[in-house]
Amino acid sequence: MAALLQHPGYDEEKLRRVAEQLPCREVQAGMLLSLMGEPQQYSYPSVFIYGHRASGKSHVLHVLLRELELPHATVSCVECVSVVLLFEQVLLSFFGCDAASLLPRSPSLSDFVRVYRQQRSQSPAKQTRYIVMEKAELLRDSDANLLPALLRLQELVEDNVTVVLLSEIVWDKFRPNTGCFEPLLLHFPDYSKGELQQILSQDKHPSYSAEFYSSYVNILLGVFYSVCRDLRELRHLASLNFPKFCEPLAEGKVKETDTHKLWRNIEPHLKKAMQTVYLREVSSLQWEQMQQMEEKEAGALRGLSAHTHVELPYYSKFLLIAAYLASYNPARTDKRFFVKHHGKIRKTNFLKKNEKTSNHLLGPKPFPLDRLLAIFYSVVDSRVAPTASIFSQISSLVTLQLLTQVSHDDQLDAPKFKCAVSLDFICAISRTVNFDIVKYLYDFL
Amino acid sequence: MSTSSVSKGCFVFKPSAKKKKKLQSLESYFTDGCEGAQSSEARFGLCQHLWDRIKTETGVLQDELNRKILDSLLDFTRKCSSTRQHSDWASQMRASEIPTAALVLGVNVPDHDMTFQSLSELLQQSVTPHVASVQAKECGAMKHLMKRVLERLMDTAVDDDEEEETEQSGVQLHKSVHCSFSTLCDWYITKTKKSSSGTPGKKRSSPAREQQQQQPPVVIIFKDLEAFNPKVLQDFILICSRYIERLPLMFIFGIATSPSTIQHMLPHSVSSLLCIELFQSLSCTQHLATVIDKLILTHQFPFKLNGKVMQVLISIFLYHDFSVRNFIKGLQLALLEHFHSQPLSVLCCKKKEALLNLTQLSHGDLERIRQLPSFRRYVEKQESQEQVKLMTDDGHLKEECQKLIKGFHRYHKHYYPVLRCLHTLTSALPRYPLGKQIRELHLICLEKNVWENEDYQSAMKLLKMLAKDELIALLQRCAETLQSTKSKKMNKAAAQLEELLARFKQLDTAATEMAPTVDDSVTSPIKNLQKKTDLFQLQKTLLEMNESRRSKKLSPFEVLRNEALEFVDSLVKSHLSPPESQTLHEVCYYSSSAVVRRHLNATPRTSIQAALSSPYYYLQNESLKTEDGTVSNAAPDICIAYKLHLECGRLINLYDWMEAYATVVSAAEGTDPDSDSYGKVDEVKHARFIRAVSELEFLGFIKSTRQKTDHVARLTWGGC
Repeated sequence: MAALLQHPGYDEEKLRRVAEQLPCREVQAGMLLSLMGEPQQYSYPSVFIYGHRASGKSHVLHVLLRELELPHATVSCVECVSVVLLFEQVLLSFFGCDAASLLPRSPSLSDFVRVYRQQRSQSPAKQTRYIVMEKAELLRDSDANLLPALLRLQELVEDNVTVVLLSEIVWDKFRPNTGCFEPLLLHFPDYSKGELQQILSQDKHPSYSAEFYSSYVNILLGVFYSVCRDLRELRHLASLNFPKFCEPLAEGKVKETDTHKLWRNIEPHLKKAMQTVYLREVSSLQWEQMQQMEEKEAGALRGLSAHTHVELPYYSKFLLIAAYLASYNPARTDKRFFVKHHGKIRKTNFLKKNEKTSNHLLGPKPFPLDRLLAIFYSVVDSRVAPTASIFSQISSLVTLQLLTQVSHDDQLDAPKFKCAVSLDFICAISRTVNFDIVKYLYDFL
Repeated sequence: MSTSSVSKGCFVFKPSAKKKKKLQSLESYFTDGCEGAQSSEARFGLCQHLWDRIKTETGVLQDELNRKILDSLLDFTRKCSSTRQHSDWASQMRASEIPTAALVLGVNVPDHDMTFQSLSELLQQSVTPHVASVQAKECGAMKHLMKRVLERLMDTAVDDDEEEETEQSGVQLHKSVHCSFSTLCDWYITKTKKSSSGTPGKKRSSPAREQQQQQPPVVIIFKDLEAFNPKVLQDFILICSRYIERLPLMFIFGIATSPSTIQHMLPHSVSSLLCIELFQSLSCTQHLATVIDKLILTHQFPFKLNGKVMQVLISIFLYHDFSVRNFIKGLQLALLEHFHSQPLSVLCCKKKEALLNLTQLSHGDLERIRQLPSFRRYVEKQESQEQVKLMTDDGHLKEECQKLIKGFHRYHKHYYPVLRCLHTLTSALPRYPLGKQIRELHLICLEKNVWENEDYQSAMKLLKMLAKDELIALLQRCAETLQSTKSKKMNKAAAQLEELLARFKQLDTAATEMAPTVDDSVTSPIKNLQKKTDLFQLQKTLLEMNESRRSKKLSPFEVLRNEALEFVDSLVKSHLSPPESQTLHEVCYYSSSAVVRRHLNATPRTSIQAALSSPYYYLQNESLKTEDGTVSNAAPDICIAYKLHLECGRLINLYDWMEAYATVVSAAEGTDPDSDSYGKVDEVKHARFIRAVSELEFLGFIKSTRQKTDHVARLTWGGC
């Protein structure tokens, strides 16, 4: 395995260590190595690496650069709220903190290039310097000139530097309108089942044998592989369920080799965990506690999504109901629902062509404030004075994200809202105030 | 003021510190415009004292109520910070997750501040010095959030590149501190190194604790999770997770609605970085119940609210905001108003003080007592000689008042225990005839005689249907509440109840012997029924059966049960009469619900309409005084325009409106009706009219319409 990674200019021993840490990514690592060339040789100006989440992009680069002791700067683009931080981090890791302090207060790209060149002339590169940009897709949102400049930074600063961009998105989505230097594209494919098995088996529990853990991983993959291929999620699941798997061993009922019995024991639990894959309903700590008390009081601990009940003040409930009605009923039908002697209007005569589809399929529609209030006053059973607190309740519903404001915040005159709650939620709310909401919904007429 | 500047311009002069007017003391605000100025000082003292008590009591209550959830939160933080340092397999696998506590607090957002305040204080005391809490409104963008967090953790002004508002004069130690997590990391490392190397004199409790102190977690509290911009939050969490190995971070999310908002806000890629645990706090209705229990349903607070004020405060709570803090603010307002407006409130204090204050009352105050409706009612009941004495002899009045005040205090001492008793009995009944919460029962009792209430009758009927063991359990609890009060009369009542209970228990032994003889009479008509009968016969037997059941001799249990309930009934009748029936109740009971409502539940639109339709109400100018419904023609222009526009339909012709306006205004100017210029529109009138119309538009009464260019549309209904 280790023999795969060979390249002149690097220490054999180091390469062997790299290979050990990069299972199932030998091909990509080898490819990268050959791109990088020998340490002192110039490398390709920019490399673009893409692949799904948890396919080892950052890990491979990180291990390579660290183990081979190459000068590098790793920057996460999420963190760089302003370009200053990016420039600073690069300069800091290449030339030390003195260089970083040379940057002016709000530096532009050319400031960065100027400082870089100045520093470079003082300490020229003996080896290729690498700048690794994680989550590079965020670069598209920053200044228009940043991405093209980074792609040919080598030319700009006249130094032996290579920029490596890591992203989950393909390069086609990056290419700016104005055109730019095309980086080398490198794809990291997803791990196969066998590879996942191999990687997961690496983090074995110290008090159990490697074969035992790997058989556990095998069972786990058998259950989850069809729904989840994310390495991180699988690792999380593995660590969650492992104590349960070992339980019969600890009790002394089964031997390590008796895989069948172990499987019979763990399978129902894995099935249960399957329902909440990805959701992270309960914390891993709580999950462990849950498994311990299990049979005694199953269901005592409910996940996050089980708590949907919200207690609201009386008028807030009616405001929310009114907002729901305003969002899902066409405005023309208000007369039919809320005026006492509306006369009979048959639904068929009433329909316009585009209204034949269910409003619930189309989603909530925006409505103005006065319509909300008009419906509110006719829905609520007692006479309500138009007090300031009614209005403040509307805005607090907005901050609770039960309503959303459609118009801009600055628009004081006739603001527009949308109702952001589900039918189930509103039904539960209206049940508590004895209001039959279904009777007032145009869709259910 | 002068400047050394050569150029012209605007200059800001900050007032020098010396020149600032001394702030008026609270007391002078209170005495200003206060009724019965002589006693105002004493009243202010009493008021202040009571408010301080209320404040401390509610603080203690809040702490007690939150203790459980705060304790579990603290445990959680400790556990998290300790597992981080363990090196067993499970915690290693979990190392990359940020421990997060989701704290569900309910929709009463104004109350949360106190909870978070005490939470961060507790955290700082017992777990970690590094606590930062952030609010959504100060963190609109990533940069701001980062800045706030760093500022609060490091306790320094962080240099921000784009907002150059930091004053140059301040000594800037951290000249190049940028808002980034790496700065924070460095800071944390130096901080922990310093604290672990220094301070050898500190007490060392245990090695585990010491180790924890070396690596105290950094806690970030998000006070209102819903209001945060999801994008900002996601990015922040992503960044934090990059530093989790170096920086033991921890989050606390304050959630107002339901925990599923976390899933709405954060995608899987972010939420998988968190290790979320849920904490549910006490509901606000329970919180209110305890506050009412401690502050209102007790004789220890002399200040009381009458039924209507209570109703206003509770309905604001239930209908509008669910906020306990606002409820207490309402209570404070009532307290202030009472002491401010009622001169006799000097007597609203503890019994001893009240009696002392009574002896110092001036003649004017005594006259005020004589004016009190409740006192006049009392006087009318006395004999005529006594009446004269009470109305003329100040000394005698004082003596009499002493008795009355004592009686009033005694009334309260008995009222609350009996109220609690009645509540324990009725709160378990089906459909809650007298309310589920004790505050509802209290409101009923404040209104009128509770025993005349229909619901009370039905509750009593239901109580008569209770099974024995239920009834005994309830009575037992009643006896306990009565026992725990420090009043002789109540203790006597409790003893009586105990006696009844003992007799109930004796029944048990007696009943077993009696059992077989009882059902003889019942079975015989049923036997008859089984024979063949015609319809008439059947009806007859059924009626007979019914009759016999009614007239049937009561079993000993039933006799005893009726006796017990009659005893309770007598207790209620003697002690739960409404406070309005008591003499001198005005001293302690605050009754103007309108004032409270006006202050707490403002109606901006009603006041605008009031101002426009009757300007005298606000301007207090005699010339504006008119009979109801009309506006004097000397009123401000906008009032006249408003009045005229009420007479129009949905669309208003501007020209007609202006003509009408000009006529009214000319009348006000006193122009001769026959002269040429009468009713003519000159430039000044024109301008005034236009201004009035645009003011109305600004207030939202009219708007321009596209249907007709010279018309405006009315936005309100009704009018003349």
